[in-house]
Amino acid sequence: MSAILKVKNLSMRFGGVVALNALDLEIHEGEIVALIGPNGAGKTTFFNCVTGIYKPTEGDVLLTARGQENIRLNGLKPNQVASKGMARTFQNIRLFQSMSVLENVMIGRHCRTKAYILGAILRNKATRDEEQETIEKSYAILKKIGLEKYVNESASNLPYGAQRRLEIARALATEPSLLLLDEPAAGMNPQETKELEELILRLQQEGQAILLIEHDMKLVMNLSHRIYVLDYGTLIATGTPQEIRNNPAVIKAYLGESDDDSQHRSHKEGANA
Amino acid sequence: MDYFIELFFSGLTRGSIYALIALGYTMVYGIIGLINFAHGEIYMIGAFTAYIIASVLSIYGFPALSIIILAGFAAAIWASAYGYTVEKIAYKPLRHAPRLSPLISAIGMSIFLQNYVLLAQTSDFLAFPELIPDFDFMEPYADKVGSTDMVIIVTTIVVMIALTFFIKMTRIGKAMRATSQDRTMARLIGINVDKVISVTFVIGSALAAIGGILIASHIGQINFYIGFIAGIKAFTAAVLGGIGSIPGAVLGGFVLGLTESFATGYVSSDYEDVFAFSLLVLILIFKPSGLLGREEVEKV
Amino acid sequence: MMSSLVPLLQETLRSLKVALWFVFLTFPIMVIKVHPLEKSIEWRWQNMIFVGLGTFILSIVARILMDQGKKRRKKRALQHAQKYTLVQTILREPKYLYPLAFATLAFGLVFPWIFSSYQTNIMITALMYVVLGLGLNIVVGLAGLLDLGYVAFYAVGAYSYALLNTHFDLGFWVVLPLGAILAAFFGILLGFPVLRLRGDYLAIVTLGFGEIIRLILENWNEFSQGPSGISNIDRPGFFGIELTLDQSITYLFYLMLLLVVFTIFVVNRLQDSRLGRAWVALREDEIACQAMGIDKTKTKLTAFALGAMWAGMVGVIFAAKTTFINPASFTFLESAIILAIVVIGGMGSVVGVIVGAFVLILLPEYLRALSEYRMLAFGAIMVLVMIYRPQGIISTAKRHIQYKPKPDDKHKKQAADPS
Repeated sequence: MSAILKVKNLSMRFGGVVALNALDLEIHEGEIVALIGPNGAGKTTFFNCVTGIYKPTEGDVLLTARGQENIRLNGLKPNQVASKGMARTFQNIRLFQSMSVLENVMIGRHCRTKAYILGAILRNKATRDEEQETIEKSYAILKKIGLEKYVNESASNLPYGAQRRLEIARALATEPSLLLLDEPAAGMNPQETKELEELILRLQQEGQAILLIEHDMKLVMNLSHRIYVLDYGTLIATGTPQEIRNNPAVIKAYLGESDDDSQHRSHKEGANA
Repeated sequence: MDYFIELFFSGLTRGSIYALIALGYTMVYGIIGLINFAHGEIYMIGAFTAYIIASVLSIYGFPALSIIILAGFAAAIWASAYGYTVEKIAYKPLRHAPRLSPLISAIGMSIFLQNYVLLAQTSDFLAFPELIPDFDFMEPYADKVGSTDMVIIVTTIVVMIALTFFIKMTRIGKAMRATSQDRTMARLIGINVDKVISVTFVIGSALAAIGGILIASHIGQINFYIGFIAGIKAFTAAVLGGIGSIPGAVLGGFVLGLTESFATGYVSSDYEDVFAFSLLVLILIFKPSGLLGREEVEKV
Repeated sequence: MMSSLVPLLQETLRSLKVALWFVFLTFPIMVIKVHPLEKSIEWRWQNMIFVGLGTFILSIVARILMDQGKKRRKKRALQHAQKYTLVQTILREPKYLYPLAFATLAFGLVFPWIFSSYQTNIMITALMYVVLGLGLNIVVGLAGLLDLGYVAFYAVGAYSYALLNTHFDLGFWVVLPLGAILAAFFGILLGFPVLRLRGDYLAIVTLGFGEIIRLILENWNEFSQGPSGISNIDRPGFFGIELTLDQSITYLFYLMLLLVVFTIFVVNRLQDSRLGRAWVALREDEIACQAMGIDKTKTKLTAFALGAMWAGMVGVIFAAKTTFINPASFTFLESAIILAIVVIGGMGSVVGVIVGAFVLILLPEYLRALSEYRMLAFGAIMVLVMIYRPQGIISTAKRHIQYKPKPDDKHKKQAADPS
């Protein structure tokens, strides 16, 4: 299988603080890969570096998507990254609250459509067709995600779990070759988490490659083909869920040595695992 | 060389005034993240109050020294009262509103106060009495630095030092610093945030009033519109130094004052205000965090 | 009996305190007036009484309003279902809206024949502010960019007609689109460096730009003839026929009416387009927007340029209407008035902006006695609107695209137009 995303030697420093230290990572077609690590390990920073929100200090991010090979993503703006074919969700939900559920997904279609000022004013056939197509495709995505009954609701009125799913729907609307999910199960109840697990699996079976940050170890172990473990900005382990489970370095990072900070941390992780 | 020195001191004088007003912007911005658009109007009201009180006292024949002191006090007290009231009416109800709402409210307040003074007083320029006497010991340097200039520069420096002490040493000063770092956390550890915000407005307004009196006696005339330009220039100073930073406001004030003084002295006096505005635009574009400010990183 | 009396007494006492505070606050400015030449003081004690009584009553009214607002909000929260007010219903339902719009337009068409040319002239001004408001509404209401230097683009339009007309004898109809394009071009030029700034900085920078342009017009005599301005600008031509003053006012009125209709049409279409959606999304969350592939700078710049374009057009018309312009017409005050129209009328609402422009421009015009209090009232209302009614006088319930799946044919979905 060919690699969709290749991250080489990626480093990010904020002033003197090293948030990410020479990371290497690869994701192949149709794979679900998880990035795990204790709080503050640099997982979200990694997402931000890869998607153009931060500019990495060093290293390369190469994406193979939409018929183009090894597109260099570092240095691109977030919107360019999205149109190249990589979309993300946010750990803290960032929906457009005043817009309807359908309109939220339609925003995701923005980079796959073209109508601009003249099209908007003249509303010619091409524009009308495009608009209609946007609506249809957005609705189809909502159906796939299981949110079609909320289609005309305001996004702010959705229950919490549905808001998280809407984030995924919105990202899918950009037709990504690789989908990045930042803690999609955070704050969900067990029932919602189970439904989410089924959804992610269904997306993967349809051929969607997914990179996942998650604290819910059960979800990670059930879904992922491969796992990368991050601690203090450095990769400490890679492998299948089975290998990771038995990796002493990982256990040490999570259960920690005797200092207070890591004890506190292991307690928290233990509750999730 | 004499011309240079003259321009230099005139720049310092201007800069001192900008710095005094800029402190109000910077303190309010540091605490609630709002550009207090009405701050220039508070300064104008300070100048008007000083004018009115000084005129009344001089008509009743008070001695010069008591006029300066009483007018100064009155200006500071009333300007603070206005600042306090403006905050309570126009900003406090909007603490949790979208970011642009308090800014629009502030613009509304600024328009209101300008027209309030225009209607209650006059639209004419008023001749401001010379409150600051000429000192004898300044006589030899009078062609380069006037006594008023000296008083302005010295007052500014004294106020800066006092303010720094206040913020570093006192209990309320510490509460202010805590609130500007993290308002929620400050509230959790028992700081009365509303009170801190009020105090910030009161201090900022009093400083603006002092600036108002000083500049009015320097220039010699006031009208209801002086707050607008002075407000924008002081804001420029605050941004130049790094908004939210107190030493930054002072530095920014001096840099702006000197720039203006030299530019009008050596280039052209027609475009005096253009220099300030251009400087503002350039800083915001190229270094929005200013000379001494912290860079803001948005959390994702 | 006692239990109801005590809170009443407390309330009165509180209002009394507020009144006393304001009496103190306004004392030097409201009561004392110095006449420097005669060296005399006028004590206006009556003002003190006005202030005291006024603030006492206002503070009671404000508290009652606040209580009612709280109750209403509670009630609405209980009902949960979204209910539209009368105005919103009228504006939402085409069967009400279209006849209303038609009647307004019909009234507009006969207006110059019913009223004097003085009235028509005032109406032209009001219509100009409608277009200016709608233009600024694209920038402030839709895209959420607070532009405090909007008047600069208005000046660009006015000066391009004045200069091109007096120097090169170019006609109104040639310069009208030219002025629009020039203003849009200036919008892009100014917007490009500043649009990446945060909202409040953007406001100040645009204010600075507006002032710079005005100061240049004031000081660069060779170019703009400075404060004395440019006179003898041609009125708009009408197929080469010479018009009397009254005729040309009527002509200009219809021209403005046409422009208003055109603006409403364009703004409505923009609002309901891919671009309009992107503006609203950008206003809500820039980071999420960019992550969804929307080019922040380009989208903002488009809003900025489109907004500037209308100002440029109205600027050309303004120069043609008054036949004389000078920099005094393009102060910050003008930007503030246009902003007040948008804010008070209702940000993002076309009908709101139209109503706002008529109220804010016509009311002081017809209530001459009140006209000197105009800006005072504008300022106060801007603050009050932000606090009590951030959506403005007219809040159109936001239009959402309604998706209606057909029940019989599940595979062929049909979407309705925006309704």
